[in-house]
Amino acid sequence: MSETLTLNKIVNQKGISTAEAANRVSDLGWTPSYVQEAMTFPTDYKISRVPRDPMKQVLRSYFPMQEEKDNRVYGALDAALRGDMFRNVEPRWVEWMKLFLAIIPFPEISAARSMAMVGRLAPGEELRTGFTMQMVDEFRHSTIQMNLKKWYMENYIDPAGFDITEAAFGKCYATTIGRQFAEGFLTGDAITAANIYLTVVAETAFTNTLFVAMPSEAARNGDYALPTVFLSVQSDESRHIGNGHSMLMAMIHDPSNHQLLERDLKYAFWQNHAIVDAAIGTFIEYGTTNRDKNKESYAELWHRWIYEDYYRTYMLPLEKYGIKIHHDDVAEAWDRIVKKNYVHKTAQFFSVGWSFNFWRIEAQTEKDFEWFEHKYPGWYAEFGDYWKWYAKLSKPGEKVIAFNSDVGYVYPHRCWSCMVPCLIREDFCCDEVDGKVYTYCSEGCRWTHKVAFAAEYEGRATPAMGRFSGRREWEECYHGWDHADALVDLGFVRSDGKTLVPQPHLRFEQKDMWTLDHVRGNTLGSPLRAFRALKPGAERDAAVAEYRKGFTINPCN
Amino acid sequence: MSASPQTVQKSGAAGSAIFAGSDSRKYNYYEPKARKATHYEDMTVDVQPDPERYLLQDWIISFPDGTPTYSKTWTKALSSNWHQFRAVDQEWERTHYQRQSTICGMVQGVIENARKSGAPKRFDAAWVKVLQDHLGAYKHAEFGLGTSLMQAQRYGYTQMINNATLTNSSYKLRFSQDLTLYLSEIGMDLGNFDHTAGKTHWLEDPIWQGTRRAIEAIMGATDYLEQYLATNLVFEPLVGELFRSGFIMQMAASQGDFATPSVVAAAEADYERNLANTVELAHMLTHDKEHGAHNTKLFNGWIAHHGALAKEAAANLQPIWSQPRVKVSSFDDAQERAHNRIQTICSQVGLKAP
Ligand SMILES: [Fe+2]
Ligand SMILES: [Fe+2]
Ligand SMILES: [Zn+2]
Repeated sequence: MSETLTLNKIVNQKGISTAEAANRVSDLGWTPSYVQEAMTFPTDYKISRVPRDPMKQVLRSYFPMQEEKDNRVYGALDAALRGDMFRNVEPRWVEWMKLFLAIIPFPEISAARSMAMVGRLAPGEELRTGFTMQMVDEFRHSTIQMNLKKWYMENYIDPAGFDITEAAFGKCYATTIGRQFAEGFLTGDAITAANIYLTVVAETAFTNTLFVAMPSEAARNGDYALPTVFLSVQSDESRHIGNGHSMLMAMIHDPSNHQLLERDLKYAFWQNHAIVDAAIGTFIEYGTTNRDKNKESYAELWHRWIYEDYYRTYMLPLEKYGIKIHHDDVAEAWDRIVKKNYVHKTAQFFSVGWSFNFWRIEAQTEKDFEWFEHKYPGWYAEFGDYWKWYAKLSKPGEKVIAFNSDVGYVYPHRCWSCMVPCLIREDFCCDEVDGKVYTYCSEGCRWTHKVAFAAEYEGRATPAMGRFSGRREWEECYHGWDHADALVDLGFVRSDGKTLVPQPHLRFEQKDMWTLDHVRGNTLGSPLRAFRALKPGAERDAAVAEYRKGFTINPCN
Repeated sequence: MSASPQTVQKSGAAGSAIFAGSDSRKYNYYEPKARKATHYEDMTVDVQPDPERYLLQDWIISFPDGTPTYSKTWTKALSSNWHQFRAVDQEWERTHYQRQSTICGMVQGVIENARKSGAPKRFDAAWVKVLQDHLGAYKHAEFGLGTSLMQAQRYGYTQMINNATLTNSSYKLRFSQDLTLYLSEIGMDLGNFDHTAGKTHWLEDPIWQGTRRAIEAIMGATDYLEQYLATNLVFEPLVGELFRSGFIMQMAASQGDFATPSVVAAAEADYERNLANTVELAHMLTHDKEHGAHNTKLFNGWIAHHGALAKEAAANLQPIWSQPRVKVSSFDDAQERAHNRIQTICSQVGLKAP
C-alpha cells in the first residue's frame, strides 16, 4: 500500500479532490418523473432549503477508515483477554452492563432505520452520502455492541443475564424505558423523530454522557473493553451531529417551522433528560467502585456536556433565528439532578426492584457513602439508612425489599411518558387524555403526552405526529401475579429452574443465592389501576397530595 | 479455582466460581438455523424485538393512524414465521466493512495502476464515448436502487431482513460512487471527457428512459419486499447484469480497456451475495405452509409488472451494443443469457419468469 502511494508521488498522479469527489457523488440523484416516490414517512415540517453537507466525504474513504477502526477495537479485545482483564474487573460494574448492553443495540439499529425517513425528505442529494454513512455506522454500532456483550458473557464470572439478553430486553421494565428512547427515533413525524429527537438532541447533547463518561468509569473499574468499543462508536458521532445540524439549518429559516421546532426541542430534551440521566447517571454513580473524590460526579459531567456544550454553545445560538428556547426546562433538569436527587432516587428504585431485574445489584457501603456525601451534601441523611436496609435484606430468607414494610419505602407510580417511575415525589402530577387518567413524573412529561403527542399543537394541525401506545405501565402486565410466577414468565430464572438471575449482592456461592421459593407469596399490583379507581375530585386530589409528601425510610440498626 | 470457604473470591473471570448458571455462555433465546448458532446470528437475531417474541409491553409509540413502530402490514406478503430468515452472506458489521473496504482498495488500485500506465489513453475513442455516456448513465440506476433499498430497510419485520436490505443498499451506493469516481479520474487523462454527459443521457436519452422508468417504479413502490424482490429477482438479471456483464465485461477488452471490467466485477460479486439472500427469503415465503400460494401469486404479479418494465428497458438498450468500434458480442446473445438467468432464479423459488 505505502509502496503504491510513494510511487504515485513520484509520478505525481493527481486524483480528483475529495471536495470535488463529494460534489460529483451528490449529483447522482435526480427528481423522478415517471413514478413519484411516496412520502411514506410524512412530516408536518416544511423543508425549503437544500441541506448542505459540511463533511464532504465519499464512501471509498469511509469504508477503509471504518475497517481500520474495527481492527483496533478487535485487537484491543484480544489484548484485554491476554492481559487477563476479567481477573481484576469489578463485578459491580459488569453487572450493570447486563442492563446497558441489553438496551443499547436497539436504539443504535433504530438510528440506522431512521435514516430511511430523513433520506427521502431532504431535497437535493448532498446529504445522501452522510445519511448512508450514518446508516452503516449505526449498523456497526448495533452489532459491535452485540459482540461486546457476547464477549462479556463468555468471559465474566456470572454470564446469567447476558445469556438471555434480547429476551430480557423485551420483558424488563428498565429496558422498556430504553425502548422509549429508541422508538422515538423512528416512529411518528419523520423530522421530529429522525432529525430533532435523534440527531439534534440525543446525539448532539447526550452521546457524550453515554459514550464518553461511561467508558471513563469502565476503565476505573478494570474494564478496558467497553472504552475501546464505545470511544470507537463515539468517533462516528460528529458526522451524525453534522447531518442533524444541516437538516436543522435547512428548516430553521422558515418561520412556519418554528412552532414545531420549539415543541420538538423541548420534548426531546425532556425525554432525553428523564431517560438518559436516569440510566447513565445510575451506571456511573452506582455501578462504580471508584470513589476518588477528584473525579467529576455525574452532575459535574452533565454541567459540562449538557449545560455548557449543548445548551449554551449549540442551542442558545438558535435564538438568533427566532426560536424560543426552553430555558426553564434546562434549569429544571439541572435542579432535578443536583437538588432533587434524580439519579440517587433512580438507583434506589432499581435496587428496590432488584428481584424483577436480570442483573445483580450489590449494596452501597461506607466507602460509597462518604463519596456521595462529599459530592452531594445531604445524601447520607436521605439515602444512608436505605442502603443499610438493602445490605441487611440481601441474604436469602429475608423478606424481599420490594414487599418489606419495615423499610418505609413506598413503591412509586410510573410515568406514562418517560416510563421511569415518578420518583421526585413533589413533582408528581396526573391528567386526563382522551377520557383516561394518567400519572407523570413531572410537568414536562405530562406536557409531552397530552400536548406534544397529539393531533394538534397550539391550534395548528399536526397530522404526522406520533402517539403513545402499548402497555406502558409495566406493573399492569403482572397485576395480581405472584412474584415467583412473574419471574418465571419473565425468564429471569437460572438454568437449574429455581435460582433467580438477579441477586441483591455479588456473592458467587450457591448457598447465598435467592431462589423462587424466597420470593413466592408476594403479589404484584398496578399503582395506576389503584389510582384510576379513585373518585375524581377530592379523593384523587388527596391521593396526589399524599404522594407528593413522599416517605421516610425507617432507621436501620 | 480451589478457593476454600475462608478465602474471598476476588476474580471476576469465567470459571472462578461454580453456581447455578455459571456455565450458561451462549445466547439462549432463539433457535439457530443450523445445529450451532453462527456469530452472525448472535449479532443479529431478535435485536429488533417483536410482540410475538418477548415484547411484553408491545410497541410503545405508534404512527397517528395507530400503526406501531414495526408492522406486518408494510408488505402484502404473509409469513407464518418472519423470524426464520437468515441472510446467506451472514454479514454483520465487521465482515461488511472488511468486504467493502477490500473492494474500495481494489478499485482504487485499478484506477491508479491504469492511469500510471497510461491505459485510458489507449482506450478506443468510440469506447471512451460509450463509457462517458452509457456507463455514466448507468451509475444513476445503481444509485436509484441504493436509495430505494435504504428506504426499504426501515420496513422489514425482522432484524435479519432489514440488515440484509441495509447491506444491499450499502453495496449499491458504494458501486454507484465507484463508477462516478472511476469515470471522473480516468476522465482526467482523457482531454475532453465530459463527466456530466452520463446524467444527461440518464435523464434524456431515449436509450435510457426505459431503464429510468423501471428504476423509478422500484423506487416508488411502497411495499418494501416488492422493492427488494424487484431489484434482485427482476431488474438485476434483466437489465443490471445484462449491461454490466453482457456489455461492459464482454466488450471492454477488445476496445483496449482492461480497467473497467475490474471495477464492474465488484458489482457482479456484490450481486451474487444479494441474490443469494433474496432467493433465500423469497423461497421461504413461497414455500410457507400457510401462505405459500398467496405469496407465489403476489410475487408473480410483481415479477410480471417489473419484468415488463425491465424487458422494455433492456430492449431500449440494444443500440448501445453497436456503438463500440470492435463488436465482439451481440445484444441477442446477452439477452438470451439474461433470460436464462432469470428463468433459473425464478424456478429456484417457484415463480414464473416474465
Ligand atoms: Fe450510534
Ligand atoms: Fe449516531
Ligand atoms: Zn416522566
